[in-house]
Amino acid sequence: MNDAWPTSGSIARRGLAPALLSLLLLEASAAAPPAAFKAGTFDPPRPAPDFSLQGSDGQELRIGRFRGKVVLLAFGYSSCTAVCPVTLATFAAARRKLGATAADIQVIYVTVDPQRDVPERLKRFLGTFDHTFIGGTGSEAQLAAVREAYGVTAKKIPYENSYTYAHSSFTYLIDRRGRIRALMPYGHSPDDYANDLTILLQE
Amino acid sequence: MPARSLVSAAVAGSALAVLAWSALAPVSSASRDQIFEIPNGTWARRMSGDKVEILPDHIRLTLGVRDTLVLLNHDAVPQIFGPTLMMPGQSFRLPFEQAAVYTFTCSAHASGQMIISVFPFPATPWAKLAWRAHELYWRVRLQAVHIWYRYRL
Repeated sequence: MNDAWPTSGSIARRGLAPALLSLLLLEASAAAPPAAFKAGTFDPPRPAPDFSLQGSDGQELRIGRFRGKVVLLAFGYSSCTAVCPVTLATFAAARRKLGATAADIQVIYVTVDPQRDVPERLKRFLGTFDHTFIGGTGSEAQLAAVREAYGVTAKKIPYENSYTYAHSSFTYLIDRRGRIRALMPYGHSPDDYANDLTILLQE
Repeated sequence: MPARSLVSAAVAGSALAVLAWSALAPVSSASRDQIFEIPNGTWARRMSGDKVEILPDHIRLTLGVRDTLVLLNHDAVPQIFGPTLMMPGQSFRLPFEQAAVYTFTCSAHASGQMIISVFPFPATPWAKLAWRAHELYWRVRLQAVHIWYRYRL
């Protein structure tokens, strides 16, 4: 046997095998493509416009309150029977998928229907999906200003003896630094949300 | 064989060759981005009463070939562009992974909405032919719009 070449036994003895394995793993992780957003992304990201609304948690609701967390910001109303329940259930499922890291995610749901969505009603409604979700309401003028700042539309439509709303159904993803990073159109799966939230949480 | 017949045969043969290539050659694209831009000065033109429509109310995308919508705001003011509000100099890049019809509320359009139809990857000869025909139509249309803008601005 040629002693110039170490045997596998001698490599193991010298602790080289674990080192090589670590190197290989490092190489593999460096070669892996960067995770891509499923949502639409903004470049450059802009600061999320702040607002001051009544929170369903009894506190003033501002985006700035959640600096350091990743925020999912959506607009809707508790009487919505089509889009909003699906969106909120998707958020809840995504949070469950992320396990303990979901503690760093805050869902904010701003109503477009201040007439019916008082803070108590929002709290009850959101609590059916996830008790950590926070709703926001305010005067018509306050909410209209928030919608304008975010490019969200909402149109009241009379329906029989009541009314309904046609409103933007997308969700903004706001990073830990309070910047609007992405916009997720309606209909994406909890897996897609979990993917994008993971990217933002790891930053 | 008379010269006229020879010319006709050559034209028919060429047409058949083009059709065969269109139906059989693999479909690919250098970029998967479908780009729409708001040129500088658009807001000023709108304010002066000019009805400028940059983004069509119906966009067609194809998975694996051109499946990413890219919006660019080169204007000096924020613009509602498709589904979102965009700041000056900002871009928005939205990838699609599922063939479907997507409807977005869009106040920039008279209809109040924008539709994005995402089609499956053209795998069959007929699908390749249809895709290439649409691409040709789309490129001609884009060129016409660019020429029109140059003429108007």
